[in-house]
Amino acid sequence: MESTVTYKSDLNLKATELRLGLPGADDSDNEKPTTPVAVRNNKRPFSELSDESKSVSDAKDGDRETAPVAKVQVVGWPPIRSYRKNSFQSKKIETEGAGIYVKVSMDGAPYLRKIDLKLYKGYPELLKALEEMFKFTIGEYSEREGYNGSEYEPTYEDKDGDWMLVGDVPWDMFISSCKRLRIMKGSEARGLDCA
Amino acid sequence: MRAEKIEMSEDEDRTVDLDGVTTSGGGGVAHGASSNKTLSCPLPCPDQVLENVLENVLVFLTSRRDRNSVSLVCKSWYRAEAITRSELFIGNCYAVSPCRAIERFRRVRSLVLKGKPRFADFSLVPPNWGAHFFPWVSAMASAYPWLEKVYLKRMLVTDDDLNLLASSFPGFKELVLVCCDGFGTSGLAAVASKCRQLRVLDLIDDDVMDDEVDWISCFPETGTCLESLSFDCVEWLVNFEALERLVARSPSLRSLKLNRHVSLGQLHRLMVRAPQLTHLGTGSFGLLDHPEQEVQEANLFQAFATCKSLTCLSGFRDFVQDYLPTIHPVCARLTSLNLSYANINAEQLKSVIYHCHKLQTFWALDSVCDEGLQAVAATCKELRELRVFPMDAREDGEALVSEVGLSAISEGCRKLRSILYFCQQMTNAAVVAMSNNCPDLVVFRLCIMGRHLPDHVTGEPMDEGFGAIVMNCKKLTRLAVSGLLTDKAFGYIGKYGKLVRTLSVAFAGNSDMGLKYVLEGCSKLQKLEIRDSPFGDSALVSGLHHYYKMRFLWMSSCKLSVQGCKEVAQRMPHLVVEVIRDGEETNEDAVEKLYMYPSLEGPRLDAPAFVTIL
Repeated sequence: MESTVTYKSDLNLKATELRLGLPGADDSDNEKPTTPVAVRNNKRPFSELSDESKSVSDAKDGDRETAPVAKVQVVGWPPIRSYRKNSFQSKKIETEGAGIYVKVSMDGAPYLRKIDLKLYKGYPELLKALEEMFKFTIGEYSEREGYNGSEYEPTYEDKDGDWMLVGDVPWDMFISSCKRLRIMKGSEARGLDCA
Repeated sequence: MRAEKIEMSEDEDRTVDLDGVTTSGGGGVAHGASSNKTLSCPLPCPDQVLENVLENVLVFLTSRRDRNSVSLVCKSWYRAEAITRSELFIGNCYAVSPCRAIERFRRVRSLVLKGKPRFADFSLVPPNWGAHFFPWVSAMASAYPWLEKVYLKRMLVTDDDLNLLASSFPGFKELVLVCCDGFGTSGLAAVASKCRQLRVLDLIDDDVMDDEVDWISCFPETGTCLESLSFDCVEWLVNFEALERLVARSPSLRSLKLNRHVSLGQLHRLMVRAPQLTHLGTGSFGLLDHPEQEVQEANLFQAFATCKSLTCLSGFRDFVQDYLPTIHPVCARLTSLNLSYANINAEQLKSVIYHCHKLQTFWALDSVCDEGLQAVAATCKELRELRVFPMDAREDGEALVSEVGLSAISEGCRKLRSILYFCQQMTNAAVVAMSNNCPDLVVFRLCIMGRHLPDHVTGEPMDEGFGAIVMNCKKLTRLAVSGLLTDKAFGYIGKYGKLVRTLSVAFAGNSDMGLKYVLEGCSKLQKLEIRDSPFGDSALVSGLHHYYKMRFLWMSSCKLSVQGCKEVAQRMPHLVVEVIRDGEETNEDAVEKLYMYPSLEGPRLDAPAFVTIL
């Protein structure tokens, strides 16, 4: 069971780094940065991200897709069949042309896989699933440096045909724009990280 | 064998009216009635004649309750009944083994089989708990070669199972799968291609995996006997061209329920090919990604007008408001309308509902608001069943429907028999009013989504409201309670709920007395599911006199301990007492999830590691 972490405590720290756009353009708040780790709104992509002690509870709130929830959600309550619940979830995130089933390729693997992005509530779950599917480990994500600690980087092709690093945009935006995933390996992957 | 009769519970599923299995003895146990002694002649002939006559008569007996009674008269009648029973109803797949059922009933053509407890629908049962179809299908493959119908609910069905089914029964006609999982499109392909006599393939709320097999193309090319095809729960694209050809070569098709990947334009094409439809699930009722297939509203309107037999409409998964008026031609004939996947507001609903005078079944989202329900109440005087689902299934969501809508419905729809109502707030007064206005209520399920919420006007617990329901609705057989409830509510239920067979309780009651009232008072109780209520061992033990008459008892997050459950298990040898562990329990003595049921077979052999059978 998660503690009732409210919205405010979720809003963490923005990286002190140069970016285009107004400060706090995709965050509702400007918080003073105390660590180099970037966090957006109430979405924390990874539980491993923060060095702070409250990272655990914050990470779980990364699973929430929408507005702050005042009450702890109880398993199986209200009693609605998941099939019915999921129909509305997927309605919120489905957009034109994107589809929720995407192919996943990994450099060096003999064949591709397909996954349903709808099944995952956020980046941690998605990456864990990918790790298990292809039997590898992804490093730690940071907005500045991408994935550290492994030679693999998860990337995706978006609606415009560009190859993007997984984890930069809010989850909803990611799902609606992701057309396929590719787990890049080695030096080619590094090239994407340059800010 | 025990002298005490273990009667399999009987369900009044509104979709099914099939026979049950009495577990009264494995074979010819004396039930205080001796075998027929009036014909004392030693020659077998008169007995044989009697049995033959009896068999010819019993063939016409369909009600399983009547059949169970017949089987108890004497051995001869038991045999005659067994040989003439063609519809087998097994309410709990673990209550009896396939072998035993097959042993007794040799000529079964139709099987209804139910597996997991209902709370599995709400993620309360870990995956791989059980309810495998395999032992049943493999046993029946040799025993019932003439099997025609299978209806499964909450069973684990694999592609191999479906393949075996399709391969084993040449005359197979009907497959209905409700809330099942474990299979995918390749299993469906096997059924489509091998069951040449298939009339019904209905997939309802199943979790179907995508093996990327084009199962729609697998039906016989020359023509099909299909009368009903429902796949609205299949989340994967189907080959539309193949579907269109299928509909074109299925002249008997009466019921077609499409999934959300079928657009309006595609729907139109199908309707034009099947104007004889009586039941239609419209799929998305939206444009999806195919603007080039956009259909003119006038054409769709005409297509509906041509479907002169259409009485049952559902779908509307991504509905587009502009197209809603196209259904007007059928509104006046509609007896069933399911808008529960459509985010439709009161105004939009009114434009449709004002024409639906004959409506008997109506499912909607709470997006229609109290105002929409008032419109329903004003028009649908024949309404028998209402279900209002929440758009936002959270406890602190927006209150779109309330006691106002419920009151309106009770005022306007006096013939109401069944209601399922999700809301954020409620009053005792409205519930009492419904109990007075709708005396025919058989099913009353009210879900106030905030836990422990009292009457929001008086601040009182909801005891009086539910008390009035059990007092005034004398035909009530199914009840689900919610809101702030004290033991008093359960006192009412125990005292007045004499016909209640199914009771669902969540976050209610103060003490063991609550459960005791129910177990001691509700003599017809068969299915009891409780979660997060303060009922403990002493309450559990107070029901020993009744458990053999029940189909199951589920209790999760209550105050049960291993000792209490063990005591029950020891005193009731034919009760299977399952303790289900989720892996989150810290206290070894507490029982987090209890599921128990009478069974002729003893502890099941396929229990997974997280299930301990006491």
